[in-house]
Amino acid sequence: MVKYIFKRICYLLPVLAVVAIVDFVIIHLTPGDPAAVMLGSDATDADLAKLREQLGLNLPIYVQFGRWLWGVLHGNLGWSIFMDMPVSTAIWQHLGPTVSLTILAEVIAIAVAIPLGVAAAANRGTWLDQLFMTLALLGISIPSFWIGLNFILLFAVKLGWFPAAGYQPLSSGLVNHLKYLIMPAVSLGIMQGALIARMTRSSLLEVLNENYIRTAEAKGLKYWVIIFKHALRNAFIPILTVIGLTFAVLIGGAVVTETVFNIPGIGKLVVTAVLRRDYAVIQGAILMTATAYVLINLVIDLLYALIDPRVRLSK
Amino acid sequence: MDIAANAILKKKTNFLESIRRNIVVRRFMSNRLAVTGCALLTIIFLMAIFAPLLATQPPLEMKVTDRLKAPSAAYWFGTDEFGRDVYSRVVHGSRISISVGLSVVVISSVLGLVLGLYSAYYRHLDNLIMRVVDGLMAFPAVLLAIAIMAALGPKVENVIISISVVYIPTVARTVRSAALVVREQTYIEAIQALGGKPWRIIWRHIAPNCMSPLIVQATFIFAYAVIIEASLSFLGAGTPPPQPSWGNILSDGRTLIRQAWWIMVFPGIAIVMTVLGLNLIGDGLRDLLDPHTNKAKS
Repeated sequence: MVKYIFKRICYLLPVLAVVAIVDFVIIHLTPGDPAAVMLGSDATDADLAKLREQLGLNLPIYVQFGRWLWGVLHGNLGWSIFMDMPVSTAIWQHLGPTVSLTILAEVIAIAVAIPLGVAAAANRGTWLDQLFMTLALLGISIPSFWIGLNFILLFAVKLGWFPAAGYQPLSSGLVNHLKYLIMPAVSLGIMQGALIARMTRSSLLEVLNENYIRTAEAKGLKYWVIIFKHALRNAFIPILTVIGLTFAVLIGGAVVTETVFNIPGIGKLVVTAVLRRDYAVIQGAILMTATAYVLINLVIDLLYALIDPRVRLSK
Repeated sequence: MDIAANAILKKKTNFLESIRRNIVVRRFMSNRLAVTGCALLTIIFLMAIFAPLLATQPPLEMKVTDRLKAPSAAYWFGTDEFGRDVYSRVVHGSRISISVGLSVVVISSVLGLVLGLYSAYYRHLDNLIMRVVDGLMAFPAVLLAIAIMAALGPKVENVIISISVVYIPTVARTVRSAALVVREQTYIEAIQALGGKPWRIIWRHIAPNCMSPLIVQATFIFAYAVIIEASLSFLGAGTPPPQPSWGNILSDGRTLIRQAWWIMVFPGIAIVMTVLGLNLIGDGLRDLLDPHTNKAKS
């Protein structure tokens, strides 16, 4: 198992290197002088020269990359000129709402999707299967931010059940925290849940075709025991994979959902930074989310090995 | 004699090919959901092609006296805060979504196909290309597109570039995995033994056999591209106003949600119709072209 973990971590290093290079290169795609773009047309030559100096733009590109990477490896993601604070501090301040939102959305998605997927597979071809799969298809076809807008219209404007926008931290009390977070989390979790439900159904159907399931049936085991004890455990690897891979969809959706519900998270930070052309913040926030995605998928890879010994035992 | 035999053989092959094609089309048409998807998408395509004829007002025309009018016979989908007709803007907005979606599909499919095929055929390239692909796939699609848009500036062409960059790795991965299987087939070995040139083997013998997963993938990429374009425009980093796109109409609707629900409801329905149509077609094509899912379904 230790060898397996070591192998997975070694495999991550080139991926993280590419993430860092891409993240650095994106900002250098800006046509013309990034300093002029950031400060606008009113900037004086002195201001421009000062900003170029501060950002190191007058150095050769490989020196800029080396300095930036050295900083990143030491936890220094740069300086936000608009917020006048280190980018890492800005990200830290905005991290809480995004973490709360994505975790709640993921929990809702998994809690609803797996039972629905199992029920659809167990009742294959019936009206229940068709109903659940139609709902899942709708779920992957409706953008989360539009669901969010409809929730605001219905549950906040018309019915007045929930606040239309805003965020209250967990320290203000769990009920208050959830009151603000439930609409964004549900709207964000729907697409994620639909993807998981579809994958649960299809991987469970595949497992249910296996010979050992027929053996279990022949032994006279109850159907739900076969599904939950024998089939679901073996169907879990593709389900876990889709949970890991769609985490990127969740973060992407969170960016837009945070804007819809005015939640002061990483998404809101990035969108504000894009509108102000605050490149250091964009670079830092994107690097952090991509790294988080890579690490979450590492954890999922390690979970495979826990669930299925064949994974860690194969070469 | 040889020529005549060849002609007969060719005729026979063409005949069998047309039968096979007919069976495929008939099987696709017997899938009710896929046909519904085709119908939805046809409506949206016709809307985009005939937008100037279907729109009842010029999409940019402002009528200050008719601000925030609710849907009525005069304004089917109501008006926005500048008195612009929402119906005409939604109809014209379809042009942006469809053109962005199609362009992204073409660019990402072509470049992803090249990368995937060469990665599968030349093993020394494989490691390099796949590590870059893994790195690019680590970025959440919307965030990567936003970052590229922030660098390039808000323009429709840049929206296309940014979303294409996001999906090239996905296509490359899909094509590579299909090409790896084809590459190991005996007939490829036979062509290699006969001295076939690599580019000919790649493009004439491997590429056609990777088309099924590519076509299915392209349908889903089209759907994602429509959602990402709408998301970028909604956030103010996509199609710049006043040019109507479903995303930027929704953005106007968000600020006026208490006074004018219609501004955000109708463009949303248009997005859902398009994406649902594409997903239905994608599911139908996958059931048809991927024997693996057929087995799981039976």
